[in-house]
Amino acid sequence: MFGYTMDEVGNIMVMQGFSGLSLFSVLLLMALGLAIIFGQMGVINMAHGEFMTVGAYTTVFMSKLAVKYEIVNTYFVFAIIAAFIIAFFIGYFIEYLLIRHLYKRPLDTLLATWGLSLVMQQIFRSTFGAKEVSAELPEWLLGSFKPTPDIDIPINGVFVMGLALIVTVGVYFFMFRSRGGLRVRATMQNRIMAGAVGINTQKVDRLTFALGCGIAGVAGAAFTTISSTGPTTGSLYIVDSFMVVVFGGAASLMGTIASAFGIAQAQSILQFFMTSSMGKVATLMTIVIILMMRPEGLFASKVRK
Amino acid sequence: MKSLSDKLLGGKQGAVGLALLALLLFVVFPLWLDLFRLGLLGKYVTYAFVAVSLVLLWGNGGILSLGQGMFFGLGGYCMAMFLKLEASDPVSTKIQTTPGIPDFMDWNQLTEIPWFWVPFKSLPLTLLLVLIVPTLLAFIIGYAMFKRRVGGVYFAIITQAIALILSILIVGQQGYTGGVNGITDLKTMMGWDIRTDSAKYILYFANAGLLIGCMLLSRYILTSKFGMLLLAMRDKEERVRFSGYDVSNFKIFIFCVAAMISAIGGAMFTLQIGFMSPSFVGIVPSIEMVIFAAVGGRMSLIGAVYGTLLVNFGKTVFSETFPELWLFLMGGLFIAVVMFFPDGLAGIYEKYAKKFDVAGLVSKYASKISKKASKMIGEII
Amino acid sequence: MSNTDFVLAIEDLTVSFDGFKAVDALTMYIDKNELRVVIGPNGAGKTTVLDLICGKTKSTSGTIKFKNKELTKLSEHEIVRAGVGRKFQTPSIYENLTVYQNLEVSYPVGRTVWGSLTFKRTAALQEQVYKIAAEVLLTGHLQMEAALLSHGQKQWLEIGMLLMQDPELLMLDEPVAGMSAKERDQTAELLNRICKNRSVLVIEHDMEFVKKIAHKVTVLHQGKILAEGSMEKVQADEKVIEVYLGH
Repeated sequence: MFGYTMDEVGNIMVMQGFSGLSLFSVLLLMALGLAIIFGQMGVINMAHGEFMTVGAYTTVFMSKLAVKYEIVNTYFVFAIIAAFIIAFFIGYFIEYLLIRHLYKRPLDTLLATWGLSLVMQQIFRSTFGAKEVSAELPEWLLGSFKPTPDIDIPINGVFVMGLALIVTVGVYFFMFRSRGGLRVRATMQNRIMAGAVGINTQKVDRLTFALGCGIAGVAGAAFTTISSTGPTTGSLYIVDSFMVVVFGGAASLMGTIASAFGIAQAQSILQFFMTSSMGKVATLMTIVIILMMRPEGLFASKVRK
Repeated sequence: MKSLSDKLLGGKQGAVGLALLALLLFVVFPLWLDLFRLGLLGKYVTYAFVAVSLVLLWGNGGILSLGQGMFFGLGGYCMAMFLKLEASDPVSTKIQTTPGIPDFMDWNQLTEIPWFWVPFKSLPLTLLLVLIVPTLLAFIIGYAMFKRRVGGVYFAIITQAIALILSILIVGQQGYTGGVNGITDLKTMMGWDIRTDSAKYILYFANAGLLIGCMLLSRYILTSKFGMLLLAMRDKEERVRFSGYDVSNFKIFIFCVAAMISAIGGAMFTLQIGFMSPSFVGIVPSIEMVIFAAVGGRMSLIGAVYGTLLVNFGKTVFSETFPELWLFLMGGLFIAVVMFFPDGLAGIYEKYAKKFDVAGLVSKYASKISKKASKMIGEII
Repeated sequence: MSNTDFVLAIEDLTVSFDGFKAVDALTMYIDKNELRVVIGPNGAGKTTVLDLICGKTKSTSGTIKFKNKELTKLSEHEIVRAGVGRKFQTPSIYENLTVYQNLEVSYPVGRTVWGSLTFKRTAALQEQVYKIAAEVLLTGHLQMEAALLSHGQKQWLEIGMLLMQDPELLMLDEPVAGMSAKERDQTAELLNRICKNRSVLVIEHDMEFVKKIAHKVTVLHQGKILAEGSMEKVQADEKVIEVYLGH
């Protein structure tokens, strides 16, 4: 097929599969944050990509410190935590300033957050410069391991995937097994009643939004292991992230995971066999067509209106 | 009973506003600005087509499309394809490997014009396709989504995705579309050189005229029962459905009209500026066009035009002198308009103009002056 | 087999949401020019029945025949055009339009895209608006923005909008909820007047009001008919008493 032997195709699928996995992990992290914000709160955050960039720049900044103080092999985990915290607090602040005024107006939230993304991109440009920057990665992340002589699996890809899985499990446990998560779900499902039983719904909103942004920050940290970061990096992933969330059925965690996996894999594999741009076009078009046939997404539950 | 003039002009206030705009576009600006700046203004006027289409679609219909750039671009590309074919006659392209085809096709080792370029050899067919192709795309998208009751945010995101798809497709298929540079080096239309000064003036006036025409059409739609239904659907779609209206048909129609108007703007852009590229098709230009309508006033046709002119003027001025500042301003403008003045400049104007009855004053003076003028003319004759 | 004389013939209608039967094998017939009131405790399925008739919800099984036309196959706007009008529980009017415009938009002419673009306001239309406005006691408020009406007036406006459509079956969901005693009286008068030319199906909780208007009463409970008949008969029915007082 396509001039490769079956063996070679198998190897290509595995390797593309793994390169798809890095993409999957970043997309999953982005989509998780977005699913929380959009799926649960109904807020469209067009600046979500910029929160990812915040995480990435945080990591880069910390990597520069690590180089200076020669702790390159140990700083990375702290960088991830820092990325989460900083993105979390910026998200918290933004919800207070901007988002909370716009809850009843989803289209306006979309436009306002787009404006926010422009402002954030310009801040990045002015602070870090317009050129792309990279993080100094610890040694244990570099290179690849070879389970068989023909297959090359990059370590950073596996690491990122592991990170995404940890975060996903963490989100699951928070949302479905903790009191905090219970409060969040209660507020989303019936705001008035949640308020009536003593839940501070405004605080919950703020924390939920901030959580989504924090996860985007982690996505940014993960992203630095794959590629360099510039002021407009976030905008590369925003449409894809929304597609993942909408395709999976905005309110479903499983749906988000399956959707991220499917889309990332489809894109990787298609991009190998077609040109990079056609692969992307084919993936997006398939998603759009499927969405047109099933607008509620793949895993939406049937709800009595 | 509403007279035809009421329907087209929207009453006294509407007529005065439109007349003022026409005065500015046809008389004041051409006299005041040099040709270069008039060209810039002409460019802004083409964007205004999209802003007007958004007043119909978004302001009145409540349907936010983040992909109007698609239709602007498609209209522009259709016109560009015609002009490019004309500019690629065998004589002027004789140094190419394959003369008689556009240069970028030659660079990509194509040896003949692809099938979908062939209709654009004829001007009448091209003009028809400028209107039909974007409208057809809008119909397909609209049918697929509105019949399934997809609206609001989902619709916006999907239009954004489709705009992205189209722009990636155009950029990726360099041999067929000119790629990221677009279609350039356009020279003549049926032998008439569109690059001369006189041509530029003519195209400017044609452009402004078409804009006013589209505004009249939009005005007619908005003052008819259809317009009232649009507003009703925006606010209470269910109730309209339960009053016996097939809501999806109305949405599909207005989406197609908006696409057509945007496409005309795109075609005029190609004619005036002399090229078309994918930078007008994708996500960023589409959402910029939304901001033009938002700043001017998403409920006001005239406001949207002023909004477009103003924001673009600001962009030109600021991005030369303070490029960093401009992006801050633009982002801030988005946020400010959405949070503090959702009805844009037109909304602010309404609030204060009602106090002073500006339209009434203007029309009073206008009638006084015209009475005096006709008296003077009568005495002279 | 359904009787061709009935305006509305519901037979064996069932709708189930994930196993829960909101309406369970319901069979009900409504005559021409009858005013039927449906009562029952909360959750009995009353609003769901209206949803099923007007097409808002799709049934799982059963038939709904309106003048012998099968409604379950039609879309919402087709059902309206067939002659069924529905008033919602919370007043569903166009807040940004005036009372006049609200009524005008409901005029059953110019319902297609082309029709609405070329729609001309005729004298007949204006007459009809004035006539209906008088029926629903809103003559003095024609130029007022609908958002500024009182709650009761909004209910009347919605009834007026439905009357403009001239339906043969008018369905009202709790039309007097939130109204003062005087407004209830006026509404009772209004309903008694309008059922002269059409059938009316009303869901209500206010028993005094029901007594004033009902020709026949149907009691629903857990998606099934518990009792049917005149108000006196139903009020004396043991099963009805038990369900309402509860044990």
